[in-house]
Amino acid sequence: MYAGHQVIPQQFWSNGPAPGQFYNFTGGYNGLATGSANQCKEYTTPGLFGTQHSSSPITTGTSVVGIKFDGGVMIAADNLVSYGSLARYQDVQRVFKVNNKTIMGAGGDFADFQSLKRSIDQKIVEDLCHGDDLEMKPKSLYNWLTRVFYNRRSRFNPLWLEMVVGGLDNGEPFLGHVDLRGRAYEDDVVATGFGKHLALPLVREQLVEGKKLTQEQASDVLRKCMEVLYYRDCRSMPKYSVVVCTKDGSVVQGPFNVNENWQLATMVKGY
Amino acid sequence: MNFMGIEQFPDYKVPGTQHQDFSPYESNGGSIVAIAGDDYVVIAADTRLSSGYTIHTRKQNKLFQLSGKTVLGSTGCWCDTLALTALVKARMQMYEHTHLKTMSTDAIAQMLSIIMYNKRFFPYYVSNVLAGLDNEGKGVVYSYDPIGHCERATYRAGGSAGALLQPVLDNQIGFKNMQLDGEIPKVSKDRAVAIATDTFISAAERDIYTGDAVCINIITKDGIEVKEVQLRKD
Repeated sequence: MYAGHQVIPQQFWSNGPAPGQFYNFTGGYNGLATGSANQCKEYTTPGLFGTQHSSSPITTGTSVVGIKFDGGVMIAADNLVSYGSLARYQDVQRVFKVNNKTIMGAGGDFADFQSLKRSIDQKIVEDLCHGDDLEMKPKSLYNWLTRVFYNRRSRFNPLWLEMVVGGLDNGEPFLGHVDLRGRAYEDDVVATGFGKHLALPLVREQLVEGKKLTQEQASDVLRKCMEVLYYRDCRSMPKYSVVVCTKDGSVVQGPFNVNENWQLATMVKGY
Repeated sequence: MNFMGIEQFPDYKVPGTQHQDFSPYESNGGSIVAIAGDDYVVIAADTRLSSGYTIHTRKQNKLFQLSGKTVLGSTGCWCDTLALTALVKARMQMYEHTHLKTMSTDAIAQMLSIIMYNKRFFPYYVSNVLAGLDNEGKGVVYSYDPIGHCERATYRAGGSAGALLQPVLDNQIGFKNMQLDGEIPKVSKDRAVAIATDTFISAAERDIYTGDAVCINIITKDGIEVKEVQLRKD
């Protein structure tokens, strides 16, 4: 241009959006800008008009309650999966044995849980195939779930779940809770959904500082919790299952029925 | 649906669904107080983890011991705290392997600022206070905002009751706006622990996100001493 010299101007502002243009963040789908058809498109990759994610749960499970006792952990949930206010699926397990030292329970969107469970089941099969008696510990599952949930919430595509993970970690009872944002904590008693309001106080009443519940006491207080939850939570049912983990292994028990008694109902007036 | 090669999503509502908006953030409460002296630093955080009127657990430790002389207190959105502290610990381990030494408090402070600013447009929603001993063995406190602004101080309150506690520290530790002859008086280690404890007892009265118990870490050249004081649990 200037006396035959090709002048290459120094880029004053590189790697940024050109004035008046939209900026595509790295890793995103550049669409028409590149025009390449073979571009890797993850299902979370935004399109030209963004991406629509599920922003609400559809088929849902309600509360899950977990308790630590002397020498183990148990988790209970009813056998209902609702479709809005419809009691849609009435014979579904929501508590599971993962392996002999890990158990879990799930509340929230059941489809999200089923897709997650496929990955967990695959891991269990891998563990078994190694044949070295090494199994996933509850803390590992808990930590893994934390990262999966946090990753999905950071992509604004959450797994709409609240999970309770329990088991024996090196012989010590472990009980943790993870939610759709990846918020995680451990405690002697955890609950999700309505259980947080109705079941937690009932269990905390039984827990004395520095004293552990026996397995029988834990199972009794769980029964009471499921009964109260059935009376007051409209998305629950009287049939529930419990998964117990002790040093002898994990076992799913039930389904049990709560002792429902509606004789009082005739006396309730004023609605 | 496909319109001019552009994927369009139909606008329909599935019957029976519960429509809820998703927010990636949640405030889980919690407060931190840190006070630095000439040869010590005290950092305290309450142990309540809550959202709204719900208390999730009454014994969640929010102090993360990063090295023998550095402790990070982190509150706010608990899931961000977990992600941030995990990343900080990983990066510290990488530093240790490449440089064959533990990161100094000042280096951790700088790194924390960079890690947080790295997510400037989708921040970690956390209130951080870093306490430790510097290279001379002096106590230091660094405080942060969610996008990584870092400030060195001698005392700092942060978290849900930060605005309640800071003026108390300004008066009791900073001796602000007082007629003093000469220097600002030095605060002893025991006095610092007592003030930190008292501020939490006061904060628990007015802030519903602070309570249950307060975990205190006292860092000196001899190590980290851990104490716990019970607070009101309602």
